[in-house]
Amino acid sequence: MRNRTTQLLQGLGFGILFGFLLQKGGVTNYNVIIAQLLLEDFTVLKIMLTAVVVGGLGLHVFQALGWITLNPKPGSWGRNAVGGLIFGVGFGLLGYCPGTIAGAIGNGYLDAAIGGLVGILIGAALLAAYYPGLKRGIFLQGNFGPQTLAQLLKVSPWAVLIPLSTLILLLLYILERAGL
Amino acid sequence: MAWLTATRWSPYAVGIGIGILSWFTWLISSKPLGCSTSFARTAGMIEKALRGQSAAQRLYYQEVQPKVDWQWMLVLGMIIGAFFAALLSGDFELVWVPSRWATAFGSAVGVRLIVALIGGVLLGFGARWAGGCTSGHGISGTMQLAVSSWISAICFFIGGIVAAHLLYGLLALGG
Repeated sequence: MRNRTTQLLQGLGFGILFGFLLQKGGVTNYNVIIAQLLLEDFTVLKIMLTAVVVGGLGLHVFQALGWITLNPKPGSWGRNAVGGLIFGVGFGLLGYCPGTIAGAIGNGYLDAAIGGLVGILIGAALLAAYYPGLKRGIFLQGNFGPQTLAQLLKVSPWAVLIPLSTLILLLLYILERAGL
Repeated sequence: MAWLTATRWSPYAVGIGIGILSWFTWLISSKPLGCSTSFARTAGMIEKALRGQSAAQRLYYQEVQPKVDWQWMLVLGMIIGAFFAALLSGDFELVWVPSRWATAFGSAVGVRLIVALIGGVLLGFGARWAGGCTSGHGISGTMQLAVSSWISAICFFIGGIVAAHLLYGLLALGG
């Protein structure tokens, strides 16, 4: 049980740091998230894309050194495109996502704590109820497994990561220049 | 220590912070940052409490067991971390209706809560359908270059941008 306690405490500690960062970034605030979805303010994407560049380069170095084994999620068009669009509509109506809503609750936002949180739990329970049929049906449509972009293109991860990171930095530069 | 009491940090500083945080979740806990599975586990715990073992026998809850794990504690920690960050800058406030919403749709609490609830249902349903959320797919999965995560993340934003524009474009009170 000692291991389990250690894992749980590590999770809690990482969560405190993650929540702290999200709040300081402003993304626990409905106004900031909805302004991103209305394409008026790109704070959310700036945070996410910067994290992807920094995180992605580090994780692939660690993997090359044999320190970690990455674990890309399997998927299919039926799962990720359809589920992603349903999620997106919810994202636009609620104005928080499952991570930022935790931060929003800590920030004192009651529409997150009362409306949004209850909704997410109901939504998750509904998916659990319909899961067996979905798993046998639409989840299998256009299945591609736990593939990475590098495996798809049959190149090394660096051949994807370096151009992708460059492109992201260029996009961020353009966003800054455009005053978004 | 003025940076600790600042209301907002540069999005790039926050993004670099989250990127480095994800290095350590992998190095120390062998886990990616993610959130939505914890809501599914919580839903399972509630269903189990309300309906007993018949809920626990659902295929979904056999694959995603209704129990507290690393990520569940992460989400709990996020509430605490955001609370302290808000407290330090004096940004903590109890608000029922966000100001942007109130300007567009009025300050009725019930209307906001109903739309938040409906949005939440779609968000929770869609996150578990897609197998992840803005953190698990949008940050942790995309940095692993997972095809599933890039498709999900792009669809999260397509859906969100369309829904937000329809909501604010068609339904907002004049101006």
